[in-house]
Amino acid sequence: MSESATRLRRFRWTPGLIVGIVLMSAVLLAAIIAPFTHSGAAETLTANTSRGPSSSHPFGTDGLGRDVLARSLVAARLTLEMTAATTLIAVVLGIAIGTLVWIAPRTLREVVLRVIDAAVAFPNLIFALLIAAILGRGTWSAVFAIAIASIPAFARLTSNMASAITHRNFVTTARLLGVPAPRIITRHLLPNMAEPLLVLTATVFATTLIDLSSLSFVGLGVQSPEYDFGSLLNDALVNIYSQPAQAIAPAIMITITGLGAMLMGDGLAAASNPRGGRRFMSLRRASEVPAPFVDDDPLVRIDNLSVLSATGKPLVKGVSLEIERGEILGLVGESGSGKSLTAMSLARLLPDELSMSASILRLGDIDLRRKCDPRRLAIEIGLVYQDPGTTFNPAIRMGPQLTEVKRVHGRAGGKRATTEMVAALASMKITKPELRMRQHPHELSGGMLQRSMIASSLCTDPTLIIADESTTALDVTVQAEVLRQFKRINRDQGTAILFISHDMGVVQALCDRVAVMKDGEIVERLTGAQLAAGEATHPYTKALIAASPGNWARRDALPATTEMETIR
Amino acid sequence: MLDTISALPGSPEPGSAPAAAGRAPHGHSPWLSFAIRRGGGILLSGGLLIVVTFFMVPLIPGDPAVAVAGADATKVQIDAIRESLGLNLPLGTRFIDYLTGIFTGHLGESFAYHQSVASIIATKLPFTATLAACGIIIVLIVSIPLGMLVGILTHGSRNRWLDVGFGTLTGFFQAVPQYVMATILVVIFGITLAVLPVAGAGSPASIVLPVAALSIAPICSVSRVVRRETATVLEQDFMRTARGHRLAAVRLYARHALPNLLTTALTLSGLVLSGMLGGAIIIETVFSWPGLGREVIAAIVNKDYPVIQGIILVLGAMAIVINLLIDIVLGAIDPRTLGGKTHV
Repeated sequence: MSESATRLRRFRWTPGLIVGIVLMSAVLLAAIIAPFTHSGAAETLTANTSRGPSSSHPFGTDGLGRDVLARSLVAARLTLEMTAATTLIAVVLGIAIGTLVWIAPRTLREVVLRVIDAAVAFPNLIFALLIAAILGRGTWSAVFAIAIASIPAFARLTSNMASAITHRNFVTTARLLGVPAPRIITRHLLPNMAEPLLVLTATVFATTLIDLSSLSFVGLGVQSPEYDFGSLLNDALVNIYSQPAQAIAPAIMITITGLGAMLMGDGLAAASNPRGGRRFMSLRRASEVPAPFVDDDPLVRIDNLSVLSATGKPLVKGVSLEIERGEILGLVGESGSGKSLTAMSLARLLPDELSMSASILRLGDIDLRRKCDPRRLAIEIGLVYQDPGTTFNPAIRMGPQLTEVKRVHGRAGGKRATTEMVAALASMKITKPELRMRQHPHELSGGMLQRSMIASSLCTDPTLIIADESTTALDVTVQAEVLRQFKRINRDQGTAILFISHDMGVVQALCDRVAVMKDGEIVERLTGAQLAAGEATHPYTKALIAASPGNWARRDALPATTEMETIR
Repeated sequence: MLDTISALPGSPEPGSAPAAAGRAPHGHSPWLSFAIRRGGGILLSGGLLIVVTFFMVPLIPGDPAVAVAGADATKVQIDAIRESLGLNLPLGTRFIDYLTGIFTGHLGESFAYHQSVASIIATKLPFTATLAACGIIIVLIVSIPLGMLVGILTHGSRNRWLDVGFGTLTGFFQAVPQYVMATILVVIFGITLAVLPVAGAGSPASIVLPVAALSIAPICSVSRVVRRETATVLEQDFMRTARGHRLAAVRLYARHALPNLLTTALTLSGLVLSGMLGGAIIIETVFSWPGLGREVIAAIVNKDYPVIQGIILVLGAMAIVINLLIDIVLGAIDPRTLGGKTHV
């Protein structure tokens, strides 16, 4: 009950859906009314043959003196009837096959699915020609031809959906309880697929309409004296040189009907698909506050940084930070606290729809609020992201990805860049580095990918590394190794690191200073030593410390478990 | 239309490449498993095609021998024709004959022309193949850059009106059936402006209108798919990594986004592209294009069964080839697709 209510509320009336319904209603109206009001003009032979457009015949007359507009309107009935019949046959048989295979024995199912797969590969029209050849020309033969030709695709999509549902618990349970197969289909499968099936039916209606009229158009469908849109256009084609206007009315009718059906299908799909939402609002970048140039003593200076969402919601609220050269700064907080947005502002990698403003946003002498030299950004900022499984491009081999900055901005030849990267990978304790360079990302483990990412971010000798939750997705042993690498880089090369994490234990082990973020603001600043000594004062910081896996011992310091849940 | 289908459950997730069936064992070329898997698929599709076309003739109501002999033939004449057509042999023998005929290129004699089916197909096939190939190439050349460009320009809620305009225009033109588009093009360019030939295949210019009529609707549907895939890919983490490499726009989009969006876009467009073969058959009628489509329609009208059989076999084979080519292109772009299924 409540579910259907939310579903109703969620239904979105997109402009496309409304236009589609209006167009289809207009055609439907013509199909119902025109045969009563216009069949005289449409079917009476007159001496006014092949006339051009005039006031009495807005689209002219055909070769036998019949009014083209009247014929186009009357033809809507047969066209819609045929399309509806075809869709009905295709949908009923398609659903039957698509669901029955899932209660059939496994081998039979495999065979049927394979055959359907093979059948889907052929264009509908080839089937339709075959069936038209067997059944001969005519209205019903066209209906059966297109219906049968549409079944494989519909059955395939239905069985894909049914497959997802049959593996859900309630169906498995029903089968174990011995519920008869037809009942499983009617009680469990169909109700759960109703919505996508409806969308699919609208889609099939649109394609069927075009396919049927195509058959009539080439003379294999509706035969004289009956007529549909396709056969009207075929008649018009014969006279196209002498009287091109004759083709206009049926062409418009076909297009309106097809467009209407398609818009309805797309509209229904969009209405049932929350992903497809589009907000309509103009977006302006927040104006940049002019800032005085201050001395460039710290490596990074962020002053009064704000980030707004597309809807104007503040995500980062006036954050100020400094990072000294060679320093490791930890930025901690739960997800959504704005720490990644702060870091991505610094890296100039905010998503396009967000707007950012700051009084000062500077790395060395680069003002990051203005257009920057891409080469300097690429070389001076090394980036290591959270999930190594998604941060590599799956379609490109490791080598070209890892050496890209070096090759594009470092003015190094491909060969030299590769040699250097192989050495860098080896120093990150990656086995068989030459092989890895030739492999695709999916062939490497998460830990290897993340160490490769670090190696790559280091290869330009950056002054700052931004590590955004770089150890979160790794298992504990790999995590320790990656942290050691960060520490080593910082010690050996003096690279400053902005280390973002929600894990206090890790931050405490690595960072010189720590800033704690909550709801887009910095709530507490500590040194690593203060953190280790347990000198945190803000309750949020304390809660984070207690929630950290490395600090289970301090868990009892928490006032109540409920608070912990709110943090998590 | 494709937007609808791909939005349904059970279809490939946009942005994600089709699931790879585990990692390829080292040392084995993924192309080998691809060849085995795809070879099985081709055998099945081809077998289905052969069986279905074979049973076409026995399924036809009435007696093919009567159809050949004509209405006023005597019983003796009909029996003789039935004998010569091999219609009184057992079904199994006839199937084996049919099969050997296919592999030796003997597809029978046309009832209507007293000419071998193979030679009819040989003269008509090049025209249909040219039309379909040009159409598919044009669709890919136009719709991929177009869809990407719109996807990039409208990314992150920019250029709303471009987004709406593109959606409306492509939505409209993909709803116009190809033969209606063909008729409209004939009226505009052939008759009103009289700048392009509208019938026959006499000059190189005569292919322009048929290919345009064939391609416009698929260009719209494929570019819509590409536009949506572009939007999905641009949201991916690896695109942020690439932006972090501070690349020029061309390199960023062509090198990093294109291969990833092509995988899903081509997978989803496979049916549109092979469906263009069907479109080509219909389009031939409008432009008097001397290809297989007009021939097969004439054969159906004349009940010339060997010709229908032969042409449907060839068209089916072309559809199989198109699907195979798409899979090979996909495999070359993204080797992960070699392990798994790519078509819906």
